[in-house]
Amino acid sequence: MEQFAPVKRSKDGQPVRYLVVDDSVFARKNLARMIETFGGQVAGEAGDGVTAISEYDRIHPDIVLMDITMPQMEGIESAEKIVQAHPEARIVMVSSVGYQENIVAALQRGARHFVQKPVKAEVLYEVIKYVLGEDGTVAQAAGAGA
Amino acid sequence: MKMELIQPFINSADAVLAQGLQSPMSIGNLSMEEEAYRRKGVAALVWLSGDIEGRIIFDLDPETSVRVASRFAGAELPESDELVRETVCELANQVIGNAVTSLNDQGFHFRVHPPVIHTSEHGVKGSEDTEALVICFETCSGNLFMNIALRYNRSVQGGLAAGVGHRDC
Repeated sequence: MEQFAPVKRSKDGQPVRYLVVDDSVFARKNLARMIETFGGQVAGEAGDGVTAISEYDRIHPDIVLMDITMPQMEGIESAEKIVQAHPEARIVMVSSVGYQENIVAALQRGARHFVQKPVKAEVLYEVIKYVLGEDGTVAQAAGAGA
Repeated sequence: MKMELIQPFINSADAVLAQGLQSPMSIGNLSMEEEAYRRKGVAALVWLSGDIEGRIIFDLDPETSVRVASRFAGAELPESDELVRETVCELANQVIGNAVTSLNDQGFHFRVHPPVIHTSEHGVKGSEDTEALVICFETCSGNLFMNIALRYNRSVQGGLAAGVGHRDC
């Protein structure tokens, strides 16, 4: 898998911490592999929207990657509840269902961005940098591929 | 079943599989089935509800499922590995999700339910008036089958479906 220049937290230079939410273990592993190539750290995982809320409260990640179609509680509702409790939360929706209404609903309820599956690493990398804004910095790494 | 309902699934499978497997695929046999569907191996079942309702089964024989999952995982997986079933489910999710996105852009609205592994040895029958189309996709890792049984929802036919000239499928 392609390597990217590591994205670090501006405030302390530490790896960006992610919460990965998807009911598919395969999808979570795939995202975790990408996060690794971005120099990030998977701080937690959840398989449904309810667990995502409790995991967010527990680990306070820098970024949440959130699927939409999940059992128990879907991603958009979960994102809304997280943002209500933590307005600073940065949530990126990651879903195969990428039609306009879904994207608008997610953004209206507090998500910062939307990435359609199958996820391309280079697309997610750019979205992560955009969503972090000034809170993220791209470290200069020898041999970085992006 | 109208071809306009099927084409987005073919296009989506083409795109998702070609990207994931890093090789082109082609469409093999197409057949209609009215009998209950019997899975060939590892099969993921996804239900749709809304303007269009029904179910889609994404089915790979055991050897193909291991090859495909291993390719996606970047490592050889044993047939018993849970990740093999997870991969088939997620592939179904991506193919169907992308197709639904395309159909939604055409004005159809529905909900995609999370994929579940279809484990029964007995068949799955859609409904008494839903026939299924089985499409075989030939890939470098083996053949994948998509069984599509969809119909327009009668409760909304008077609205959207009738508006675009569809009565049934």
